[in-house]
Amino acid sequence: MNSKRRTLLQTGSGMTLLTMLAAAGWLQPGDALAADAWNAAAFDTKSMDDTFKSLGSGTPAQSKGITFTQTPDIAENGAVVPVGITSAIPNTQSIAILIEKNPNVLTAVFDIPPGTEPSITTRVKMGQSSNIYALVKADGKYYIASKEVKVTLGGCGG
Amino acid sequence: MADPMRIRANVVGDSTEVKVLMNHEMETGQRKDAQGKAIPAWFIQSVTATYNGKTVLSAQWGPAVAKNPFLSFKFKGGAKGEKVQITWTDNHGDKRTDEATIS
Repeated sequence: MNSKRRTLLQTGSGMTLLTMLAAAGWLQPGDALAADAWNAAAFDTKSMDDTFKSLGSGTPAQSKGITFTQTPDIAENGAVVPVGITSAIPNTQSIAILIEKNPNVLTAVFDIPPGTEPSITTRVKMGQSSNIYALVKADGKYYIASKEVKVTLGGCGG
Repeated sequence: MADPMRIRANVVGDSTEVKVLMNHEMETGQRKDAQGKAIPAWFIQSVTATYNGKTVLSAQWGPAVAKNPFLSFKFKGGAKGEKVQITWTDNHGDKRTDEATIS
């Protein structure tokens, strides 16, 4: 009985701490969109155009200021494809990764607050060979760059 | 509660480089099990990194981020001995926060 009570109390206080941490991290003034609510509509889009629409980006301009790092030309395993995106565009506010031929195009959106370098690296899943697009928002405008990644399924690679 | 993240934060010049490896299934909802039933989606939806109470990176993810997600980024400032915190929330409402000391 008593020990149960202890556990309950502990769990309770643990939760509160987490909530507080979350609040401390999330409720910063001027904090970007990401933490507020998960953009279900955007993540559910099935074509590039729909994704642009739901992100409100219009038709983004091609830019040479966006570079892919650590992204392979040929990925042997579509389940783990490294993607690195660096933006040289001043005042980069967010970087999104879009994979054209995935069931849902939008893969991830990173909000870059001032002071953080506009350069991120992560790993994504790809269903098949496709173009990977990097959509960068800088100064309220959208820019895009793409890179084709071939996925080897089966055969020697798979 | 999910397994802990592995976080490494290193000072590089005047910035801090953070590398995070999270433990999460990242189930897409597209796969089917042996009985042909769809396996429900289960993935991390948002990630927040804070340093000194300030958000240094926040992200929204879809299910197409790879299993056991890896993330690396850099922010200006940071000194040895200070802490960086990473929090993620998945679509089940599960949350996990871990912190690492900058070295």
